[in-house]
Amino acid sequence: MELYITELSKYFITLFIACYTLECFLVFRFQDEEQRKGGYIRQNIWMFLVHFSCFLVICFETGQIEYLLFYVLQQILLFSTVMLFRMIYPKGNLLIVNNMCMLLSIGFVVLTRLSYERAIKQFFIVTASIIIGMAIPFFIRNLKFLKSLTWVYAGVGIAALGVVLILGSVTYGSKISYSVAGVTFQPSEFVKIVFVFFVASAFNESWGFLRVAVTAVLAGAHVLILVASKDLGSALIFFVVYVFMVFIATGRWIYLFLGAAGGSAAAVVAYRLFSHVQVRVQAWRDPFSCIDDAGFQITQSLFGISSGGWFGLGLFRGNPTSIPLVEADFVFSAVAEELGILFSMCMILICISSFIMCMNMALKLQDRFYRLIAFGLGVTYIFQVFLTVGGGTKFIPMTGVTLPFISYGGSSVLTTLIMFFIIEGLYIIRRDEGDKRARNRKQKSKRQRAKREGDWAQDREDEEEA
Amino acid sequence: MAVTWFFVGLFFAMMGYTCHYAVTHRQTLMNNSYNTRQEILVAQNSRGTIYAAGGQTLAETETDEDGKETRVYPYANMFSHAVGYASNGRYGIEAFANYYLINSNTRLSEKVASDVAGEKYPGDSVITTLDVDLQQIAYDSLGIYSGAVIVSEPSTGRILAMVSKPDFDPNEIDAIWDDLIKDKESSVLLNRTTQGLYPPGSTFKIVTALEYIRENPDSFSQYRFQCNGHFTRGEERINCYHGTAHGSEDFTKAFAKSCNSAFASIGVELDREKFGDTLDGLLLNQELKVDFAYNQSKLTMNADTTDADVMQAAIGQGTTQMTPLQLNMITAAIANDGMLMKPYLIDRVETKERDVVKQFSPDSYKRLMSEEEARIMKGLMEEVVKSGTGTKLSGLSYTAAGKTGSAEYNKVKGDSHAWFTGFAPVEEPQVCVTIIIEGAGSGGDYAVPIAKRILDACFEE
Repeated sequence: MELYITELSKYFITLFIACYTLECFLVFRFQDEEQRKGGYIRQNIWMFLVHFSCFLVICFETGQIEYLLFYVLQQILLFSTVMLFRMIYPKGNLLIVNNMCMLLSIGFVVLTRLSYERAIKQFFIVTASIIIGMAIPFFIRNLKFLKSLTWVYAGVGIAALGVVLILGSVTYGSKISYSVAGVTFQPSEFVKIVFVFFVASAFNESWGFLRVAVTAVLAGAHVLILVASKDLGSALIFFVVYVFMVFIATGRWIYLFLGAAGGSAAAVVAYRLFSHVQVRVQAWRDPFSCIDDAGFQITQSLFGISSGGWFGLGLFRGNPTSIPLVEADFVFSAVAEELGILFSMCMILICISSFIMCMNMALKLQDRFYRLIAFGLGVTYIFQVFLTVGGGTKFIPMTGVTLPFISYGGSSVLTTLIMFFIIEGLYIIRRDEGDKRARNRKQKSKRQRAKREGDWAQDREDEEEA
Repeated sequence: MAVTWFFVGLFFAMMGYTCHYAVTHRQTLMNNSYNTRQEILVAQNSRGTIYAAGGQTLAETETDEDGKETRVYPYANMFSHAVGYASNGRYGIEAFANYYLINSNTRLSEKVASDVAGEKYPGDSVITTLDVDLQQIAYDSLGIYSGAVIVSEPSTGRILAMVSKPDFDPNEIDAIWDDLIKDKESSVLLNRTTQGLYPPGSTFKIVTALEYIRENPDSFSQYRFQCNGHFTRGEERINCYHGTAHGSEDFTKAFAKSCNSAFASIGVELDREKFGDTLDGLLLNQELKVDFAYNQSKLTMNADTTDADVMQAAIGQGTTQMTPLQLNMITAAIANDGMLMKPYLIDRVETKERDVVKQFSPDSYKRLMSEEEARIMKGLMEEVVKSGTGTKLSGLSYTAAGKTGSAEYNKVKGDSHAWFTGFAPVEEPQVCVTIIIEGAGSGGDYAVPIAKRILDACFEE
């Protein structure tokens, strides 16, 4: 009986997440959030089924009932997040919230399997973060002075990163965190958001060459401090986000090409100068030649991904803990190994659908500042996913960043939650703008109608609305 | 919007790469000794059984009441190198089919039954292409000699027998391991059929003849040579076997009588660049696309090669080194109208209930020569049996073709390895046999009789 459940559950879990993922893209059929409601409800059901089946398997495999209690707590958290959000922000976007909850629940499942203790810690961090995060859309919508803090953002960002460089503790050869009162912070995570605000506000009013030059110097300072801290993954994220934001702000391709050229040149210089960069490139090109040291992590990760096959070995059936740092940098490999390649591909597609939703919204936002923020956060998010998944699968060299929402790590999950709630705030602003325009148009056409009393004005209004 | 599409494209490339890599590298990664997931499978499944083509068990795992597992090889020494062993780093089929043997695709109901009984799941079985009867004859025929016999099917690439001596008893591998490792002289653990590198001697005249035909497609039949027992160019002197003077001969006779002097004279006239290309084209100096462990056969030739070296190479002496497998592949290609089929040892993988998990089918490896070239080579090799050094295979109920060799490996004493490579029946070749007997003497006297015993078993009623 047990065996039937655990063996067959693999296929059901894959089916459920595939259905969820399909709904992620089907909602794009509709322009109007109201029409998408049915899809969102179905997503909640699939989400519940994935989460529930995974914990059912965990309980059967371990024979421990206490996991069930943990599951119930998670279910309450995720359910109330979705419900509360719907009530507080009726204008919010439910795809973003659903995806956030779906990815969080996958994170809980994987962390419970890898380390129960850490999963519980992560659960409390997520709960606290969601409570904080719930207020963010309100602030984004109402605090107008956020647009004018340009140089403050830059100062805060550089200072926070600089403090780590000077005082930070060394983890795996890079200085990335410091502890205050027993709590470890990783400022580069939070500074990502501040950095996006900095670039967005800097290009809010002017986007001439001078502006680009000044911001480039400040952005360069961020990147150089991170390089000095040996946090190459974060340095790369800041750089790429900056280049893409300049491209969008100015609309000039030349900046994108300059960025690509400059980035490539910097990469070559870094490769020549730093031995740890060479080691990573070597471990990427031929990890099996240095399997004892530099290539160990990546080869273990590849063993994990390939051993699972399409449907995975099943929870607790594989050996993901053989991968060093699996719960942070290589969580994708653990998912692929035990839940299957198809499952992990669905997970990536869910990330992509969040990104597309964010970019679509950025395109429609009228306000330049908000548009740049939406754009910057979207790129930050998707590029981070790319770095961690690509690094774990040997598609690109390993950079050591976390998979948002899934990986263990308080700073990472809190930052990503804040990012997603900011995006929600922006979405509400976008819908405010839409309502305002509709109102204006109505008033305008009323006036017109009063003036002319002609039938053709009515036609034109219809046209405009279509 | 350009940026969105850029990232979506990037992700699709990454996803495609990941799926492709994971699926195509699954076996090699699973067999990597750093992969601890093997142990999970080993703990979960009992190792599968290896069968001969006829259904006889070649290796199986027996579990006693305490759950202790023993790997048993019913034929003991007979299949020592082909089947190999499953401990001490693994070897042979046990090594390259390890992935299949430690996996279990048995039915769910069988798994449940095993769970209830507290047993491991039965691992998948591997059904090989090996024929127990042929293996037995080849094994017995080699007797006390060191050497190797490989028998294959030219039209498919199936390997029917693979014998290497000296051998060992894989049932005792753990007990005798240390002694085998210490013994550097006889290299018992080496599979001589695929890894043994020998001077090919006169069997190499197949290659020299092929190159000569390629360079002189219209005039090779007009070739004439007057053999007085030796050939000299510069300092280098080549003698015929036992100094025999073959007298006046054409190309067919020079090949059939295995005249060293004639072939040395042919050798120096060949275009060395082209000869080098032909060698590479016949898969010498190349990595082979085969599953089992092998060594590359070696002989390079280019414009800088000296006359002396070409003369030695033309008769398969000097620096030339070849495995019996390599010679068997070239012979099989001649038998199969020039097309080499990929040699393989595993026919299929089955679950305990005999559901097929994976079926391996014959696969063209490479065209080694044109149909016309293969036809000419066949004629030359047929003449060896009819009137040359392989007459012990003539006048039988089936027809055979081949080439003998007596490869000197000790200049001073004149000791030589006895070689034979050939196929039968000539009209429609079904088996291809390659034999080497270390230090026995001439191929015609020692290797051909073994070939006859194997071919008799295949075709005599």
